[in-house]
Amino acid sequence: MAGKGRGIAAFTFNIEALGLSRGSMPETQRGPTPLFPQIEYKPVPLKAGEDEDYMRALKQEMRGRMKDLPFNIKPHAGKGDVERYKEKYTREIKRIEDDNWTPDWNRLPKELKPQKKIIKKKRDTTKNAKISSKDKVEVLNKLDELEKKGDVKSDEEDEAEGGKKEDGEEGEEEEIEAEYDEELEEENDYIASYFEDGDDYGGGSDDNMDEATY
Amino acid sequence: MTVQEVRLCGLLLQQHFGNVVEKVGTHLIRSGVLTLRALAYETKLPLDLVKKSLCVLVQHGMCTFGAGRRGPAGPVEYRINCESIIHMLRYPRYIYTAKSLYGDTGELIVEEILQRGQMTMSSTVRTVADRLTNNMPEGQSMDYSEVVSAFSRLVETHFLQRCPPLASAGSSSSTLDTPLPAATQPTEPESHPDCYKLPYINLTGQGKRRRSSEGGEADQRAAKKARTDNSECGDDGIHWQVNFQRFHLHFRDQAIISAVSCKLDQSSSEIVRTMLRMSEVTTPAHAAFTQALSSNEIFRALQSSYNIARPNLDQYLSLLVDDPMEFVGKTGDSGGGMYVVNLHRALANLARATLESVVQERFGSRSARIFRLLLRKRHLEQKQVEDFAMIPAKEAKDMLYTLLSENLVQLQEIPKTPDYAPSRTFYLYTVNQLPTARLLLQHCYKTVCNLIERRLYETKENKRLLEKSQRIEAILASLQATEAEAAQLTEVEEMITVPERQQLESLRHHINKLDSSENQVDESIFLLESYIKSTQASR
Repeated sequence: MAGKGRGIAAFTFNIEALGLSRGSMPETQRGPTPLFPQIEYKPVPLKAGEDEDYMRALKQEMRGRMKDLPFNIKPHAGKGDVERYKEKYTREIKRIEDDNWTPDWNRLPKELKPQKKIIKKKRDTTKNAKISSKDKVEVLNKLDELEKKGDVKSDEEDEAEGGKKEDGEEGEEEEIEAEYDEELEEENDYIASYFEDGDDYGGGSDDNMDEATY
Repeated sequence: MTVQEVRLCGLLLQQHFGNVVEKVGTHLIRSGVLTLRALAYETKLPLDLVKKSLCVLVQHGMCTFGAGRRGPAGPVEYRINCESIIHMLRYPRYIYTAKSLYGDTGELIVEEILQRGQMTMSSTVRTVADRLTNNMPEGQSMDYSEVVSAFSRLVETHFLQRCPPLASAGSSSSTLDTPLPAATQPTEPESHPDCYKLPYINLTGQGKRRRSSEGGEADQRAAKKARTDNSECGDDGIHWQVNFQRFHLHFRDQAIISAVSCKLDQSSSEIVRTMLRMSEVTTPAHAAFTQALSSNEIFRALQSSYNIARPNLDQYLSLLVDDPMEFVGKTGDSGGGMYVVNLHRALANLARATLESVVQERFGSRSARIFRLLLRKRHLEQKQVEDFAMIPAKEAKDMLYTLLSENLVQLQEIPKTPDYAPSRTFYLYTVNQLPTARLLLQHCYKTVCNLIERRLYETKENKRLLEKSQRIEAILASLQATEAEAAQLTEVEEMITVPERQQLESLRHHINKLDSSENQVDESIFLLESYIKSTQASR
C-alpha cells in the first residue's frame, strides 16, 4: 500500500517492534536445511562408568542371543536343499534351539495354530464305500428304467457309478474314475447331446414358427 | 503413531526377531487393526510365516487380539502395542536393576523372562538354575530352592506378575456366553485377583551342568526328559511376565532421589528415599502425591546408619519443603508435620531441567538463559527479553530466531485491533513446556533410530573383517581346547595383520560408543515419557 514513496519497499508494521532494523534483516533460508548441519557446540561426552559398561555388555549379549532363539523367524529358505554336513555341528556349537517352539495354544486364537491338511481324496473313497448295498438295488432299478428310455449316455454313466461302488473298498478310486472318464470321452468323441433325438436340435424353432422370433 | 515411533519399532523388531516379524509388525502398526487374512494379503507373505510372527508377537506381549468389529462371530483382529516394543530399548536397564536389587539370581530370572516373553515358574527356575550351575566352579550346582526364593521375592515386590487370563480359549465358534474381550479394552493384568499369587509347585533338584564333552544325543535325551517333567510340576498354564510399570515406578523414584542428592545433599536424599519406600505399597501407580507421612513415622523408619537426629530431621524436612523444586510438600501439622512427596511436580521439574540442558548444550548458555527466562515469565516481548536476559539486542534477536526456527520457542500474537494489523499487534515470545517435551521426545526417538542405523551400517561395512576375526577366534578356541603348542597359536593369531587389528579395534570402539549412547538416550526418553504420561493422567 502507500509507502514513503513510489518503488521503495515499506513494511506494513512497525519494524522496531520486532527488534529489526532496515539494515539487519535475518538471513532468509535458501533451500532445505543440510542433512548434516554444522554444530557449534560439541556434544557432552557419554557417561562412562561400571554401570554403563555392564548395561552395554548386557545389550550386546542379548542382541546376539536373540538371533539364536526360535523367536527369530527366518524367511523360507530354498526347499529341497540337502542339510549340509556342518549344520549339525553349527547347531550344537551355537546352541540354536529347536525351531519348533510351541506356545501355549490356550492363550492364542485358534486360527494361529498351524493346521494339518487333510487329504481330501480319501474322504471321497470312504463316502463311496459307505454307500450301502441298498443303493446298489436302487441303481439297478434305475438302470432298468433308463434302458427303456434308451438313453445311451446315462447308461454308461450309471455303469461307471456302479463300477465305482463295487470297487469302493479299493484305494484306486482315482485311477478308476479317471479311466471311466477317459472311456466316456473316448467312446464319444462327439458331444452326445447334439445328435440324440430330434427334440433338442432345432426342435424348438420348428414348433414355434407362429410366434415372432426375438 | 508418529513416523519416528514406527521407524524405531521397525528397527527394534528387526534386530530382535528378524525381517519377517518386522514386516508384519510395521504393517500392523501402520494399519491399526487387521485380521489374519487381511494381514497376509497385504504383506504378501506366506500365511504360515504370518501366523508364526503373530504367535511370537503375542507371546512377548506386543500384540493383542480380540473380537473384531463384527462381534464375537467375526474374525479375530490383531492390534500392536507400540509402547511395549519401545520398552525393548530398556531391557538392559531392567536386568541391571534386578541385579542390583536381587543379585545374580534375580538378574537371570528377569533376563530369561524378558527374552521369552512369558514363562511358567517351573521352566524359569530350571533354566536359571542350569545357567547358574554352568558358571559355578566344577562340582557345585545351584539348588532349585534358592532360585524359587528369588522368584518369590520378585513376585512379592510386584516386579513379576501373572499374565492376564483370556476370557475364552480363543475360538470364536464356541458358545456365546464367553465372548472374547473387545480388542479396544484389553484385560489389565492387575484386574486379576491372583495377579501376584505364587502357584504351588513341587520342584526339587539342582541345576544341571551342560557337558561339552558329551555328544549331542545325550543333550537331546536330557531335553526330552525335561519336557516330560514340565507337566508334572502342577503350574501349567500359569505364565509370568515382567511388570514394566513397577520397574518404571522404581526408576522414577531413583531419578527423584538422585535429583535431591544433587540439589541438596546426601542426607536429604536418604530422607526422601525413606519416604518413598514407606509409601511404595500404599500409593497407586498414577498418583500425584504419595500418602501423607508424619514426621514421627519418618523418624522411626529411618535407618540408624544415617545418623540423623530428630531436630535435624525436622530441619531437613523444612528445607525440602522450601526448596523451589518442590519435591516435598507439607500437608498438615499433626504428628509433628505431615509430609508428602510431590511426584508429578517432581517429574515436571525433572523434565524442565532436561529441556533446559538440551537447549544449553545445543545453543549455548546465553540461549539457555533466554529459554529459562521465557519458561519462568511465560510471555515476553522482544524488548523485554533483551532487558531481562541482559544480552545485547542484536545477539538476543539472533538467538531468539534460532530457537524459533527450531520450534523450541513460539510466537504469540495479541491484537489491539480486530484486523490483526501488524503495526498494532503485540508479538510475544513464549515457551510451552508440554508440547516442547513432546517435540524433544520425538527427537530422542529419531536419535535412537539414527544410532541403530549407523551401527548397522558400520557392521555391514566391516562384515568381511568381523567374520574373519570370528573364524580365527573359533580356531584359536578349538586349538586351546586341544592344547596345541604356543607356536601354532601365534601362527594363527598372526593371520590377522596389524592394520586389520587396528581396524577391528576402532570398529569395536565405535560400536560400543553407539550402544552406550542408545542406553543413555533411553534415560531421557524415560523421563520425558513419564512426564507426558503424568500430565495426561492428572487431567
